[in-house]
Amino acid sequence: MATFIQRIQQIRPGRTKKVVQTLEQAGSPGAVSGPRKIETLPLDMAPNDPLVAYFLSAPGAVEIEKLNLDSPALKGLKATGVQVVIPLVSQGELVGLLNLGPRMSEQDYSTDDRTLLNDLATQAAPALRVAQLVREKQAQDLERERIEQELRVARLIQQTLLPKEQPELSGWHISRYYQPARAVGGDFYDFLYFDDGRLGIVIGDVTDKGVPAALVMATTRSILRSTAHASSSPGKVLEQTNDLLHPDIPPKMFVTCLYAILDPVSGRLEYANAGHDLPYRNHDGIVSELRATGMPLGLMPGMSYEEKEVVLAPGDSVLFYSDGLVEAHNQVRDMFGFPHLMKLLEVKTNSMSTIDYLLAELAEFTGPDWEQEDDVTLVTLGRDTSRADNTKGSISDASVENGEASFAGASTQNHNQWHTLAEWVIPSEPGNERQAISRVAETVKELHLSQKRLDELKTAVAEATMNAMEHGNHYQPDTPVIVQVLASASSVAVRITDQGQGPAVFRAQMPDLEAKLEEMQSPRGWGLFLIEHLVDEMNITRNDSHHTIELIMNLDSEGGSHVNQKS
Amino acid sequence: MSTRSLEAQVRHQPRVAIIDLHGEINSFAEDVLNTAYAEAESRESDVILLNFSDVDYINSTGIALIVSLLARARKTKRRLLACGLSQHYVEIFQITRLVDFMSVYPDETSALNENPTAIIDKRPAS
Repeated sequence: MATFIQRIQQIRPGRTKKVVQTLEQAGSPGAVSGPRKIETLPLDMAPNDPLVAYFLSAPGAVEIEKLNLDSPALKGLKATGVQVVIPLVSQGELVGLLNLGPRMSEQDYSTDDRTLLNDLATQAAPALRVAQLVREKQAQDLERERIEQELRVARLIQQTLLPKEQPELSGWHISRYYQPARAVGGDFYDFLYFDDGRLGIVIGDVTDKGVPAALVMATTRSILRSTAHASSSPGKVLEQTNDLLHPDIPPKMFVTCLYAILDPVSGRLEYANAGHDLPYRNHDGIVSELRATGMPLGLMPGMSYEEKEVVLAPGDSVLFYSDGLVEAHNQVRDMFGFPHLMKLLEVKTNSMSTIDYLLAELAEFTGPDWEQEDDVTLVTLGRDTSRADNTKGSISDASVENGEASFAGASTQNHNQWHTLAEWVIPSEPGNERQAISRVAETVKELHLSQKRLDELKTAVAEATMNAMEHGNHYQPDTPVIVQVLASASSVAVRITDQGQGPAVFRAQMPDLEAKLEEMQSPRGWGLFLIEHLVDEMNITRNDSHHTIELIMNLDSEGGSHVNQKS
Repeated sequence: MSTRSLEAQVRHQPRVAIIDLHGEINSFAEDVLNTAYAEAESRESDVILLNFSDVDYINSTGIALIVSLLARARKTKRRLLACGLSQHYVEIFQITRLVDFMSVYPDETSALNENPTAIIDKRPAS
């Protein structure tokens, strides 16, 4: 008798079942001779094939020739010469078929034969199922090991390329947190250090997970690092990175990325965004998004990226983050979400670090058994409340010929804590100092300065702004002057920052009116002289790319006396 | 805030020229100021009075222009006077010591009254 043992292997749940037939010609029942011929015949049997339903509904031996079903599998069986099939059913599932060809005696199968075969099927079905489960388990173990190995590689790539240390900037505090999901998403962040003291901050997310995402992350990081050192414009850097990345990135993959450049002296933060989650800035408890538009990297070439800037005042902070935080779900599948994140930042009053605070809130939101769905990356940038540290050592060459001005830059150390009242930028065009006057006057209205003091402050602001526009920015309209107004309990300060390079050469010589009237000295050169006599304190700080004049006026001072003393 | 360009009118009286200034004295004011001054000195006035009563902004460049006019006046032995300055710009003239070289008066009348070479303008001071 020929015995066909058919093994059904489920390739994918709900998909076509691959049926492999094994032909064992073992002679008639009771024969003692061993297998004489083994032949494997593959047979596809779809789960919705009517034959499957028939076998499940009619246990026991089935005479194939008597069946009339519109079944591809039935046709296949008939084509192989199968006469009788005994379905192997285990726990309601068809796990195999015992297929018999014609008896070698050419007689029909007897009732005893069928009974014997049915008994055999009853024993064989669970055994076959166990064998299948063992084999499936082995295959799953191998697949799991392969995935684990891949994840180890992905983690290694990412962790090797992420910064080992966080930047240490005087007057600033920077923190980062990175927790990959088990599947290792494509999050990354980076810090770039420029010779002029500026700091580049990158945060990004590659679509996909595992090794492919890690490789794209590594490529993106390398391109970004290369282009960032060739251009000081965040928008241009993203544009070039996109054009270089696009030809090599696998189909359907892309990278969201935000790139910001911080000038730690002025607090100016320039940024451009390639489709990444918008950072949040916290300014005096008011949280706002730092918006800039741009397509993700790698999607299409020739993209341009909007460039924005903001000046971070003392006490300000910025949160950069990835979608692993905002897209985390709790047990009822609610999403953490942007509004929730924004609200948390607004109401934060405790002394915890922002990262610890947000992680605690995330843990509370997701519950204890949360399986992290995606990488969570957080980078925080905060400016210290006091800028005293920020000015140390940054003004060594800002000496003054006559020593009259205070260039120590240490003034604000002596005052109470400062808070920012307003800040804005002014294009460097002649006459625009009037904008500064107007805005400052409006801003300090709440401080109730006397008219005399207000007029003095306005003129000092005008002169400092003119200096910045003329000497620092050479009246280039697209090079703005940054104006910040701060207040403490006892003073008001106005900081005016240009984009000038080199030493602070605001004044060529001390104005000497007699010499000017004799035309032995230029009639100009009054700006700094006036400022010194109009405010209570003036400081100048600089680095390689900026000068900042700080004007301080004491709120309880009547002013004027210093004029008499110095004039 | 929009800026006001400078306008100037010159009134001549015997030996006195009065330059009425309107607007802002900044870098844009140079031509107007020089033209007005040239007009003022064209009739051999001994005294030239700058009337700042309608001037609301003077910056350091404007101060430099005034210094230039003062130097020009000293060269030609003319007296340059100022009137109508706000309290703040009187302070600026003090800081820069311009007051040491040009007398500053509250208004046109007082300026002309206190200068023996000047004849009082019959027009009411603005």
